[in-house]
Amino acid sequence: MQEVKDFESRIREIEEKIEQIKFYEKPEKKEKELLKLERELKKEMETIYSNLTPWQTVQVARNPKRPQTLDIIRAIFSDFVEIHGDRHFGDDEAIVCGFARFEGINCAVIGHQKGHDTKERAFRNFGMPKPEGYRKALRVMKLAEKFSLPVLTFIDTPGAYPGMDAEERGQAEAIAVNLREMAALKTIIISTVTGEGGSGGALAIGVADRVNILKYAVYSVISPEGCAAILYKDASKADIAAQSLRLTAKDLFSFGLVDRIIEEPYGGAHHFPEIVFENIKQTLREQLRELSQLEIEELIKQRKEKFYRMGALKEV
Amino acid sequence: MWFRKKQKPEATPEKAKAVKVPKGLWIKCEGCGQIVYGDTVEKNNKVCPKCNYHFHISSRERLELLCDEGKYEEIITNLQPEDPLNFVDSKPYKERLNDYQKKSGETEAIVVVRTEIEKIRTILCVMEYGFMGGSMGSVVGEKIKRAIDICIEERLPLVIVSASGGARMQESVFSLMQMAKVSAALSDLAKEKLPYISVLTDPTTGGVTASYAMLGDVNIAEPKALIGFAGPRVIEQTIRQKLPENFQKSEFLLEKGMVDLVVHRNELKKTLGLMLSFLLDRS
Repeated sequence: MQEVKDFESRIREIEEKIEQIKFYEKPEKKEKELLKLERELKKEMETIYSNLTPWQTVQVARNPKRPQTLDIIRAIFSDFVEIHGDRHFGDDEAIVCGFARFEGINCAVIGHQKGHDTKERAFRNFGMPKPEGYRKALRVMKLAEKFSLPVLTFIDTPGAYPGMDAEERGQAEAIAVNLREMAALKTIIISTVTGEGGSGGALAIGVADRVNILKYAVYSVISPEGCAAILYKDASKADIAAQSLRLTAKDLFSFGLVDRIIEEPYGGAHHFPEIVFENIKQTLREQLRELSQLEIEELIKQRKEKFYRMGALKEV
Repeated sequence: MWFRKKQKPEATPEKAKAVKVPKGLWIKCEGCGQIVYGDTVEKNNKVCPKCNYHFHISSRERLELLCDEGKYEEIITNLQPEDPLNFVDSKPYKERLNDYQKKSGETEAIVVVRTEIEKIRTILCVMEYGFMGGSMGSVVGEKIKRAIDICIEERLPLVIVSASGGARMQESVFSLMQMAKVSAALSDLAKEKLPYISVLTDPTTGGVTASYAMLGDVNIAEPKALIGFAGPRVIEQTIRQKLPENFQKSEFLLEKGMVDLVVHRNELKKTLGLMLSFLLDRS
């Protein structure tokens, strides 16, 4: 793994200074100093975040402090009940599933969970699902369909787990079936890419009526490291690959591959989770309202047609 | 504990490329290493007569093999790839496309035809591994989508022969979304109760396996084909161990319940005909 240049070090320095002043200084001296530093912090964040390279954006998207599915559930849903298992083989902690209320509306919620600290990350297999994860997700989607509940998914995964057991149990089949079934699911589906949209493991819960992406999240067919290893035979050229893959929210939106960018303040969701939760909430509220106007047949038709339009080619 | 093991995984041998068997010459079989007569291999549909190793064949050779009297009408020929991302690696994507078009004589990594297999009218899609490793970009996705539309319009069954390294990196998320596109279209086909048979040949991996290749009403594999999602090298790097010999091979998938049957190339046409007749005759 190559060293990632710490482009946020200046932000952290100022943050530490603020912490120290809050702790040590006398109240009268505090105020002026703090105001100055906070202004400096804001400016620094703006400078850094308005000029992020694609590779730096990948780093932000992968930041373990970024809010993950369980944080979002805690912040914008109520009465969450998690349910486990695919009824065939086992449970997968890399995908969290359950039911909850969103502003009074009953929903099925599905999302990757990478984990914040080392212990949780190991427990969650770093957010890399195995077949039972996709199958659990599909089971919950089918339940949602049966009981006419909207499905809200949150995408944040490096990708499918490249291990022997996942292959043996048919992860390709599990992903494929999800794609086909989601395309025709008779209920509303809204997906939001919150961090890393890693290829098939992401898409397996991402065939939706609306696909949103947070401003500093990414979505790609392969990781920049993987791409660099194959194309340039050198994983350390990931920064070039990140640029080539056009994986940022802005690029994806301009290609019509995602439906909406959800704003994050300069500094990102890990610095301002509350603001981002509010933005996610507002987006989901609007989209649920909008989509619930449609007849189910029309909803599915529009969903499919959206994906049918995707592609870059010329007819001759 | 895989993460404690520091030894480097051994590199897997280079995969076999589509083979041109020279006429009247003796060649070395890539399966058993024995010397076999080229003409014999050729006559045996490029299968080693000694060990049944299936050499790679081109999409045209496959069509020759599967279509009645080798006759077919190629359709959906008007789609050309684009370079939506201005993708640059060691060679610009556009240039790469040009090179492959010249080299393979195909415009893209899939050929779609209207044909008859054992007298059953069928829409047949055959992937061309010789075109950028059979990778799936926008054109491959769109061609299959349109092939499915034709199946529905003309009430015909669908057969796709896959040979692909997966989604094409040079089109990034455009390629990824072809997985969703084709899978969605297959749900339309299923709704119409028209059969779809998927034939998986060496190799079928990545986003192609994780979409249409695994979604057949019946999934048929050629012997000893590599079939999986993650490539063996990636898995070896993850688990830091050498994979067992037959891992991700057709016979292994059969054992694990992931394909319905493994069929010798010489029997493929007959088996397809039989399966299609079972699924189409609703008497």
